[in-house]
Amino acid sequence: MATETHTGLECPPAAWWKPAHKAEKVWVSIAFVWCLILFAMMPIWHWKGGQNPSGIRSRVEPTAFMERVQEFITQYQVDDDRGMPIVAPPPGSDIYLAAFSFQWMPILKLQKNVEYTLHLSSLDVNHGFSLYPININFQVVPGYDYGLRVTPNASGDFRIICNEFCGIGHHVMVGRVIVEDGPVTTPAGGAQ
Amino acid sequence: MTTADPVFRTCPATGRRIDLAGERLVKIHAVSSVVALLVGAIAAIMIVLTRWQAVHLLPADWFYRVLGVHGMSMLIFFIIFFEMAVLVFASTALLNARQTAVRTTWAAYGLMLVGALMVEWMMWSGRADVLYTSYVPLRADPNFYLGVILFAVGALITVGIFFANLVVAKRERRYEGSVPLVVYGAMTAAIIAVITLVHGAAIYIPTYLWSLGLMEVDPQVYRMIWWALGHSSQQINVAAMVAIWYMLGALTVGSVVLNEKISRSAFVLYILFISMASAHHLLVDPGMGPAWKIVNTSYFMYMAVLASMIHGFTVPAGMELGMRLRGYTQGMFDWLRRAPWGDPGFSSLVFSVVVFGFVGGITGVTIGTEQINIIVHNTLRSPGHFHSTVASGTAMAFMGATYYLIPLVFQRKVAFWKLAKIQPYLFAGGMLVFTLSMTFAGSFGVPRRHWDISFSGAPYDVQFNPIVDVILAVVALGGVTAATGALIFVAIAVKSVFFGEKLETITRGVAMVGVPQGLTHPPVHAPDVDARNAELHDKSRGIMGPAPGTIILVFVFLAAFVVYFYANWKVLSFLWRIG
Repeated sequence: MATETHTGLECPPAAWWKPAHKAEKVWVSIAFVWCLILFAMMPIWHWKGGQNPSGIRSRVEPTAFMERVQEFITQYQVDDDRGMPIVAPPPGSDIYLAAFSFQWMPILKLQKNVEYTLHLSSLDVNHGFSLYPININFQVVPGYDYGLRVTPNASGDFRIICNEFCGIGHHVMVGRVIVEDGPVTTPAGGAQ
Repeated sequence: MTTADPVFRTCPATGRRIDLAGERLVKIHAVSSVVALLVGAIAAIMIVLTRWQAVHLLPADWFYRVLGVHGMSMLIFFIIFFEMAVLVFASTALLNARQTAVRTTWAAYGLMLVGALMVEWMMWSGRADVLYTSYVPLRADPNFYLGVILFAVGALITVGIFFANLVVAKRERRYEGSVPLVVYGAMTAAIIAVITLVHGAAIYIPTYLWSLGLMEVDPQVYRMIWWALGHSSQQINVAAMVAIWYMLGALTVGSVVLNEKISRSAFVLYILFISMASAHHLLVDPGMGPAWKIVNTSYFMYMAVLASMIHGFTVPAGMELGMRLRGYTQGMFDWLRRAPWGDPGFSSLVFSVVVFGFVGGITGVTIGTEQINIIVHNTLRSPGHFHSTVASGTAMAFMGATYYLIPLVFQRKVAFWKLAKIQPYLFAGGMLVFTLSMTFAGSFGVPRRHWDISFSGAPYDVQFNPIVDVILAVVALGGVTAATGALIFVAIAVKSVFFGEKLETITRGVAMVGVPQGLTHPPVHAPDVDARNAELHDKSRGIMGPAPGTIILVFVFLAAFVVYFYANWKVLSFLWRIG
């Protein structure tokens, strides 16, 4: 004896394409509207918000990127920390950060409230750029230049943690970013 | 065709015709799945005890190795072996039908087994320290990729045979009209499995050739296609899990299907929009632009979110209505209070729905938002999310289903019955603590897949907020509790299946140790169920309709969703300007 009311284990009665109860319709409609809001938030944030992962994206050969980083270091190096160059680029400039197992190169010295275009790329495998303690995270992929316009809004001595597994030394791959309140001391003429 | 005629038995509990050949296949896949779960759970304990900095159990190389083993054993072997069992079960037992191409299915199982063993061997022997995602150009031994390919090919064949089973069942008139909703859900899982496994082939075959030095693979393209395997496979899990929700609801409390049209349309939404979901792993990647990211993750993704929000309503509403139709009509939540909480099938179902929805769903959609992903990508929030979906949701549902499969398919009593009754509470409780605390730790920027966040060997010190140490201890506590729950489940399953007491007959109305209440006291509806149903749907009951308790629950859910979503935007707005 088959009843109209049935469980999910039973074959439904022959004609099962039937209107839903109002309660169900209301929930589906509300859920649908919420999905549209979820969708709308992303374009809205591109338009009004300050944090977007858009960037200027291009392909780059790891060797070409490394040459660009070397050039950048030669141009703006002001100091070093146990051999790792500290680089103080002028406000508004393009700045470069290379990731490779298991280092971030160079150390960047930036000025607060100034926009820079930060170029990220990897020379070997995937790495994860994670700015600590601000918690800004980007994927760093070999062969790709991710040019992100960043404006530091606080001064401090920050760390870059690698948060994409890159091999046995993954957990010691830490870099440094220094943000200063006033103008960063850049030696005239570039190289120190 | 020389295949022997199928041999059927009649299930004493449900009266269904069970094909013995199909049943043997269900058994072998389920057993293999549980073995993989055992490996994965042992790995899990070692991992959480390493991330708990005070214990720091494993050395670095073994930590990453065991982490890879955990991912492959759980997300691929445990889950997919179980799904193959579900597919065979749904296309034979649930349709009173026979298993087709029995020998081919065994051969396919052999491929899966060989593939799984190859992968495990490569990983344990340190020849594939590339973690679950094996992002190119991290390189593993070619046999690792070959193992994955063999496993995927085997699974694809079994999925194909599932469709053959459906066609043959229809042609042999094993059922009338449309397939039951649970089979429809399993079919959804099977279709998504085809999409997923094709992507798997599209990425692992080139990667295998790359590992042999025969071709190049672009790291960004790898990430995109790999995630069309890696994420879509989670959608197989979702579809299979939702199918099991409907099944366990029917078995434990007599859940009814509110509206076939709505529930089935929701499954179709999964099929149509789910394969775009791989994009939300690439939200902060350099290879794709914002338009690509928004279209793929949002518009299409949210249609799949809509599907889950629909099931998140229809499943509890079906349970509520099922209970009300059986006379539990008092107030808003009497149906829930008087539900069979001592039936591990039921408690697993409830925890699966609640943790999947409230924790997994809300965190998943939020962190999968293009911009919010900036504060989430590769932090502990990410595993915090997916352990609440795939572990607390899918694995919990599979465990609940197993408590019914043991008596129904293996015809054994569930061993350690008292433990079985508390196992879902232990596993889900542990997982809830584990996932929430990981999410919390991740919001401090604590990275995932990281051996040592004290950074003792690093050139520059990294000082996490001291509270992070406490949170990671809580992560370990939750993780060990959940893994203990998983190991108890393994013990119950192994004991029942191999050494369990034979289950001869079930007498209705007589409680029996080792047999879930849904079988001894089946939640059958009264003959006048249609009249009662019409009464509950009567207009006089107003907008709250036949399931008012569920309406309240889903609005609590929606409120939590909205608050969490916008709280994340608020946190994001404090960051440096990035564009």
